[in-house]
Amino acid sequence: MGHCGWEHFEHKADIGVRGFGSTPEEAFAQAALALTAVVTDPSRVEARDVVEVELERDDDGDLELLLVDFLNALIYEMAVRKMLFSRYQLRLDDRRLRICMWGEPVDSHRHEPAVEVKGATYTELKVAEVEPGRWLAQCVLDV
Amino acid sequence: MEKSRLERLDETLWSIPAKDKMRVPVLIFADEALIEEMDDKVAEQAVNVTTLPGIIGACYVMPDAHWGYGFPIGGVAAFDPNKGGVISAGGVGFDISCGVRTLATGLHKQDIETLKKALAEALFAAVPVGVGSQGKIRLDDRELTAMLAGGARWAVEQGYGCLEDLERSEERGCMSGADPNQVSKKARERQRREMGTLGSGNHYLEIQEVDQIYDAGVAEVFGLKPAEIVVTIHCGSRGLGHQIGSEFLKKMQKAAREAGIELPDRELACAPLDSPVGISYLGAMRAAINCALANRQIITHLLREVFARFFPQAELRLIYDVSHNTCKRETHEIGGEKRELFVHRKGATRAFGPGHPALPQVFKESGQPVIIGGSMGTASYILAGTRESEQKALSSACHGAGRRLSRRQANNTWEGRQVISDLEQQGVVVRSPSFRGVAEEAPGAYKDVDTVVRAADKAGLARLVARLRPLVCIKG
Repeated sequence: MGHCGWEHFEHKADIGVRGFGSTPEEAFAQAALALTAVVTDPSRVEARDVVEVELERDDDGDLELLLVDFLNALIYEMAVRKMLFSRYQLRLDDRRLRICMWGEPVDSHRHEPAVEVKGATYTELKVAEVEPGRWLAQCVLDV
Repeated sequence: MEKSRLERLDETLWSIPAKDKMRVPVLIFADEALIEEMDDKVAEQAVNVTTLPGIIGACYVMPDAHWGYGFPIGGVAAFDPNKGGVISAGGVGFDISCGVRTLATGLHKQDIETLKKALAEALFAAVPVGVGSQGKIRLDDRELTAMLAGGARWAVEQGYGCLEDLERSEERGCMSGADPNQVSKKARERQRREMGTLGSGNHYLEIQEVDQIYDAGVAEVFGLKPAEIVVTIHCGSRGLGHQIGSEFLKKMQKAAREAGIELPDRELACAPLDSPVGISYLGAMRAAINCALANRQIITHLLREVFARFFPQAELRLIYDVSHNTCKRETHEIGGEKRELFVHRKGATRAFGPGHPALPQVFKESGQPVIIGGSMGTASYILAGTRESEQKALSSACHGAGRRLSRRQANNTWEGRQVISDLEQQGVVVRSPSFRGVAEEAPGAYKDVDTVVRAADKAGLARLVARLRPLVCIKG
């Protein structure tokens, strides 16, 4: 795997998402793509409409809890708007995470969505700089 | 599972004795083959649960247990509010009050044999299934509040079903103590368009045949006749429950820290039962139970409408509705003393035995129906609660087959179209919006449900009453 990318990892009942990138934002965005890939092939999802979300960071600046918040925010937007997303752009500062995500409404014929994601869990949750300039962001999803 | 760490107490009971930080032992109900197949993570997670404050008796593990998040799926744990007991959002799960209900139809296989495909199409059209699907029912905020307080009772008042349905449902269709004010705006928003939808994953709607009766007397009490056609619904509290689960998992991280509770796993986040977060979760979780009960009640109405078109004379009578992701206040006898406990059942079914005061009159002698869902294409079972289950596992039994392969493994092993055509060869018509979804839920991805229910029966958690074979499966 190159510098930037995503993969799924095994969990018996559910599925784990893992993103890599040169910054936490990139790793988060890749983990989000992995989440979309749990539902459908992201290349089938047109980046047509944009949705913007802003999350307040907790006082302790815990990036792992922020990853769960981020994925849950994305799950919420998918559920309420009945949309799928295929492109994510994140901006993180000390106080908040700003998210832009591009996608389109679910089309059951074209996307053939396999399963709905219920929530992000704290299981196998990890956000870390695994080597200089290479960030990892992962957790298990409940599907 | 590594057997060396277990003490075998009898043929279907294994223990991990309490040591170090464990407050109580772990008790696992399974035969040898199921123990060998069980993930080591189940033992690890069950041991973690035993370290939580106020846990009473043991962490009980059901024969279908598998690796969950925080709690094992197929785990039962009870907490005493007078002993610093806690409530855990992870111990209930995201799909609050996910459950199963079965309805008898009075029809027989020959009545539906030539209509299976047409019935599958009609059900698929009537009941919204899969990702992105929406119900026809839209609730405004006031209606949502009434639904969250009233459960299936509210649904019946709106014209979805009849009063008899409520008698045949745990909590008589309405969980008391629900507090709709504790349900966030976001959770409400997620539910607004999802009433009467089935969801996806392992949720399904099946037409089945009663193909074997193990206990004719109890089957008759339940209203199950040999060779009769029944319909089973498996689904939960939809987006509302998922949102409540996510929100409280986070709130409980902080609440646990503030209460000085040491968490061996963040997913075990919990709050003391008498703390503000604990009380708030209890009110929200009970409202989500009502949402699940209302949802299954509305789906019941939708499928009755479909059956009425095909079989105007058929009357669909509810046999029972059970939930397998809950935390409920119950009275249990511990060491000869009656105590009020909060029993978490995550992937486990309540199994009250004969004479239990919470049961409607009709089940007073038989014990409650315990409905065990199979996976697509495999059998489901109906069992009955036993008296001895109270002593053994606080009146609890298994809930399904449990996964054997992960979704990814299943997707790499099977092809959705092939699974559907193989099942059709076996006489099962499958209708689903997603071939990949079907591959991920292929029958081979699950443990053998037959061995799971036999182990539950042998262990005395519940006893076998009838087996149901699928004929039509609508998969989300």
